[in-house]
Amino acid sequence: MPSEMTAARARLGALLLIAASCAAGPALAERLLVSNEKDNTITVVDGKTLAVIKTVPVGARPRGIILSKDGKSLYICTSDADHIEELDLASLTVSRTLPSGPDPETFTISPDGKLLYVSNENDNMVSVVDIAEARITNEIAVGVEPEGMGISPDGKTLVNTSETTSMAHFIDTASHEVVANVLVDSRPRVAKWTADATQVWVSSEVGGSVSVIDAPTHKVIKKIRFAIPGVATESIQPVGIALTNDRKTAFVALGPANRVAVVDAQTFEVKKYLLVGQRVWQLAFSPDEQRLYTTNGVSNDMSVIDVPALKVTKSVPVGRLPWGVVVAP
Amino acid sequence: MRVRFDPRTVVFAISGLACLATAQAQTPVPDATATLDFAYLALATKRVLPLSYLDQPPTDDGVQGARLGLADDATTGRFIHQAYHLTEAIEPDAASVLASFKSLTAAGQKLFVTDLPADLLLQVADLPEAKDATLLDATAQDDRLRADGCRANVLHLLPSRAMLADALMQYLAVKKWRNILLVGGPDPGDKAYADAIRHAAAKFQIHIVADKPWTYDPGARRTDTGHYAIEAEVARFTQGIDYDVLVVADEGDNFGDDLSYRATDPRPVAGTQGLVPSAWARPFEQWGGTQLQSRFLKQAGRWMTDRDYGAWMAVRAVGEAAAHGSSTDPQAIGSFLRGPDFELAAFKGARLSFRSWDGQLRQPVLLADARSLVSVSPQPGFLHQFSELDTLGVDQPESSCHLK
Repeated sequence: MPSEMTAARARLGALLLIAASCAAGPALAERLLVSNEKDNTITVVDGKTLAVIKTVPVGARPRGIILSKDGKSLYICTSDADHIEELDLASLTVSRTLPSGPDPETFTISPDGKLLYVSNENDNMVSVVDIAEARITNEIAVGVEPEGMGISPDGKTLVNTSETTSMAHFIDTASHEVVANVLVDSRPRVAKWTADATQVWVSSEVGGSVSVIDAPTHKVIKKIRFAIPGVATESIQPVGIALTNDRKTAFVALGPANRVAVVDAQTFEVKKYLLVGQRVWQLAFSPDEQRLYTTNGVSNDMSVIDVPALKVTKSVPVGRLPWGVVVAP
Repeated sequence: MRVRFDPRTVVFAISGLACLATAQAQTPVPDATATLDFAYLALATKRVLPLSYLDQPPTDDGVQGARLGLADDATTGRFIHQAYHLTEAIEPDAASVLASFKSLTAAGQKLFVTDLPADLLLQVADLPEAKDATLLDATAQDDRLRADGCRANVLHLLPSRAMLADALMQYLAVKKWRNILLVGGPDPGDKAYADAIRHAAAKFQIHIVADKPWTYDPGARRTDTGHYAIEAEVARFTQGIDYDVLVVADEGDNFGDDLSYRATDPRPVAGTQGLVPSAWARPFEQWGGTQLQSRFLKQAGRWMTDRDYGAWMAVRAVGEAAAHGSSTDPQAIGSFLRGPDFELAAFKGARLSFRSWDGQLRQPVLLADARSLVSVSPQPGFLHQFSELDTLGVDQPESSCHLK
């Protein structure tokens, strides 16, 4: 039976520990989570030291990953396991599974944190998953091979891209009706809303372009194209998109071109190409937008970009075929 | 035999689309659907059983790919108020093909996906009725159709034999397997394939140490204890030759599979059997290829062949040109297909387009055996001034095609 004294000491110890972690600032707590499609793992990396903290085994073929709104869990599309897994970020273990419909590849989360919208590549469907109840509440029919998912900041409009139909479908999340279909270049992969909700940026992997869609009118206002001296145009395959909150700068991952394009998000002018690892796929900012992390599928690593300096500062080896990256504060 | 294809069956074939149609009906949309009519013109061919009993020749290869392409087109079309109608004309002989083409053009058809042998394709293309038509050749691989026999009104979807041979030779060059034994079969297709290999070998500095015709007649395809005779024959045939890879030209699958494991020296087989360069392959799953494989399997109940893939690409090319060119006018589609804005995504990780000089679709070529994808050409390091895909096949400066 512990004495009064021991309990008090333990409480003090806990307080000191909390104080210590606060003093070190948020960078200490920041962790990077990378899904490794080939290894069936999630690599957890310390955001400050960039050292691998842990490699967590998960279900088969983890691809799209997203953070819960409370920051306590990571949802993982384990495509070949045909479900979503929830990784508890305190214990770094898979705590439960959610239904997803067949072959979930990517998804997005509603701003209130209650729903996941999942693209089912084999099924031409978007599944709506209630996280608390762990059940599929709705299915929305879309084009052939649904892929990218982006939800508006107010949660009222969902944009889904379909790879073979080459469209961005605007879906009303209240009625689950498709309200507009916007034709873009071939094999659209990622749809990203600007923070001010005025635009949706859609990358076309095979088309080699990014379409900027005016959200209220559903019109393509700009097609951004890329040209890199010495790189074959077929290798320029845009996938991941990251937009700064002030909508001044956009970063576009160019796949096998092994570069991230830096785009002035106001003028749509490509300013610079940053050489990263091979087949750069997805992108994620640190919460303060000082750093950008990239997953590089062929070189099995993650590149770290210093955002103010626009320089690649480091590469971090992770698992095989890294797909998605998320920063947990 | 004329098979009229009812587009409603496509809607039923894909249950998701049926839901979609309902969803569309509920939202008010302007009722201004433009319809594109085009045709699938084929000569029905009876294929003989190949050496391997495992690969029963399908009776509907080609047209099944076209049907899947139409279903994919229809999904896009529904969102942009375009509808596509494909008339299937699968004819028993050359005369019926020509007659069918004439009656279809008389009825206003100007866009054709064709599954015809080279000679018949040229006969059709040279008809006065074909002057304003565009023929999308979905299945012929003959190099002469891209050379002296090229036609301005014909586009080719599948890689030519020259492209297949180049794809293989690039890979052998990368592996430094530079000495090959070439074994050619007796059929015209075999000879054309062997010619393509000879040309590609010279291009990529692969040395043909021996060039031998395969003349052994194994007799009946299936005989008890027949394997003794085959083993002895292949061992004798390959004796005393120093080579890295045996490259076989046997398009009819009559003997090529017999060359593996039976040669005097342990050497891999490539070409029409073994490691095969092809447009499509059963083990292929990359760049979303799984999606096309599984959609096809669900529709046709069998694996997709090269011919299916060629027809799928042809119908998808028409759909893409109609959607992105915003027109269902056949002439507009014909010129959009040849223009700089056309691009086709066909699960190869690259955008495909037609070469201006010979109407050939530029595309990566798979290298696969029966159970696994080995590589995809062009191989890294083979550079080109404009497109690395143009390191495969006949490039503009060396083309003998003069399109008129």
